[in-house]
Amino acid sequence: MSRISKDQVKHVAHLARLSVSEEEVDMFTEQLDAIIGFAEELNELDTENIEPTTHVLELKNVLREDTVRESVSREDALKNAPEQRDGQFKVPKAF
Amino acid sequence: MSKFETVIGLEVHVELKTNSKIFCGCSTDFGAPSNSHTCPICLGHPGVLPVLNKEAVDFSMRAAMALNCEINREQYFDRKNYFYPDNPKAYQISQLDKPIGEHGWIEIEVNGEKKKIGITRLHLEEDAGKSTHAADGSLVDLNRQGTPLMEIVSEPDIRTPEEAYAYLEKLKAIIQYTGVSDCKMEEGSLRCDANISIRPVGQKEFGTKTELKNLNSFAFVQKGLEHEEKRQEEEILNGGEILQETRRFDEKSNKTILMRVKEGSDDYRYFPDPDLVRLSVSEEWIEKVRSEIPELPDARKARYVSEFGLPSYDAGVLTASIKMADFFEEGVKEKADPKMLSNWLMGEVSAFLNNGSKEIDETPLTPVNLAKMIKLIEDGTISSKIAKKVFKEMIENGGDPETIVKEKGLVQISDEGAIREFVVAVLDRNPQSIEDFKNGKDKAIGFLVGQVMKETKGKANPPLVNKLIAEELKKR
Repeated sequence: MSRISKDQVKHVAHLARLSVSEEEVDMFTEQLDAIIGFAEELNELDTENIEPTTHVLELKNVLREDTVRESVSREDALKNAPEQRDGQFKVPKAF
Repeated sequence: MSKFETVIGLEVHVELKTNSKIFCGCSTDFGAPSNSHTCPICLGHPGVLPVLNKEAVDFSMRAAMALNCEINREQYFDRKNYFYPDNPKAYQISQLDKPIGEHGWIEIEVNGEKKKIGITRLHLEEDAGKSTHAADGSLVDLNRQGTPLMEIVSEPDIRTPEEAYAYLEKLKAIIQYTGVSDCKMEEGSLRCDANISIRPVGQKEFGTKTELKNLNSFAFVQKGLEHEEKRQEEEILNGGEILQETRRFDEKSNKTILMRVKEGSDDYRYFPDPDLVRLSVSEEWIEKVRSEIPELPDARKARYVSEFGLPSYDAGVLTASIKMADFFEEGVKEKADPKMLSNWLMGEVSAFLNNGSKEIDETPLTPVNLAKMIKLIEDGTISSKIAKKVFKEMIENGGDPETIVKEKGLVQISDEGAIREFVVAVLDRNPQSIEDFKNGKDKAIGFLVGQVMKETKGKANPPLVNKLIAEELKKR
């Protein structure tokens, strides 16, 4: 019994905007099943008296003061853009 | 009586007035050239680390407490994953399970009835960039990306579009008082989405809701909701079904227009952001922020009634905007009569501001000058009629009322002898009116007063004119 269905793989691929062929769906289903199985090994640990956490570091409250620092130049900001116009990033039509 | 009950919930986004962005040091100034306030962090380059702006936390806690929320002592940030060109990391840093504050409320008043509207949550997140859509593609400006943003979600406690309007006005006033945001809808520092559904009266379960977007003013929120509740009712009465849709309000046709039907629930795959460590808020921190909350609108309103003897209605209007309220208090400090000052602010001043869609601090009018003008009316130097001319000059071009009165020769004539000359002349020219008066037509006096005022270009002291006309009529 697989731990993940083909439909779930397709759904996750869609959410990540990845286009996958039927063969790839089969392959990823198998591979992801193995990865989930690997992660499930953690279930063997006894976590009875362990507080749940959202972070592995004990560090808390890393904050900065509200001071403005120099930004990069507009040219540098746009340097890696495949397309630009009027100082803006140009992207395929979103609407 | 409608067989349906309307249920409305509002989501309001408010940008915080910090100097720098929430996770980097770029400026948050509005209106800079596109993409001139960016850096590798807000551009979402790989390998960079966000560091939380303390002021953004302080500001959002201050707002949350002003909205009667409980502050979460242990907080963290989540990643909300979605693709859109103005979201460069393909995730937005937000708060899901442990928002800044929860379980708040504000009190609104509609048609003299007070009602509490619950606030589910207030959380802190980063704003997205701004995209504009051209024919051959979309253009993205990332200056706004990373501006600290509060999302304030109401409980579905609102029952009418009018209540929605009152809720927004109150929310905006409270946040402006706390000083954490300008709340300028026209600059996008306050934005609102509305959820609305209807259900048969008496039914417990909510109906299917639609979401309204593109609401550019509080008036449009109200109009959009009015249209949408009617549309839903007609749809149901005609045997149709309400679909979970996103609709936008079209200002020209006053209608809501379908944008998209929602299929299934959104799948944002929230998870705690490993780039940011946990946020722990101590009791001392909370109390320090609490001590920074200034007097809020309701408290000020009550004080204006008790301290200055204003009617509750006046106090409500003046305190709805902090700028108006501050102006009023400055004027009172200058010894203007509070009720007269209130009348001018609610009347002539508000009319002028509404006409030009302006705020009071965008005009050259100062509290000192308005107070001076009111004192000139009180001591009889100018009549209220002339005051309107002086006021017009002050609010359009600025200036000291005493100087304006002198330069334009507007001083009121309060010299009995001088006015009597005008009265006698007017009576001589209007024998018919005198006869009318003797035949019991009291209206004739009004005409005669008008004539004297005209002759004196409005400068005669009106009570004196009345008194002298009565005296002179007796002699004839």
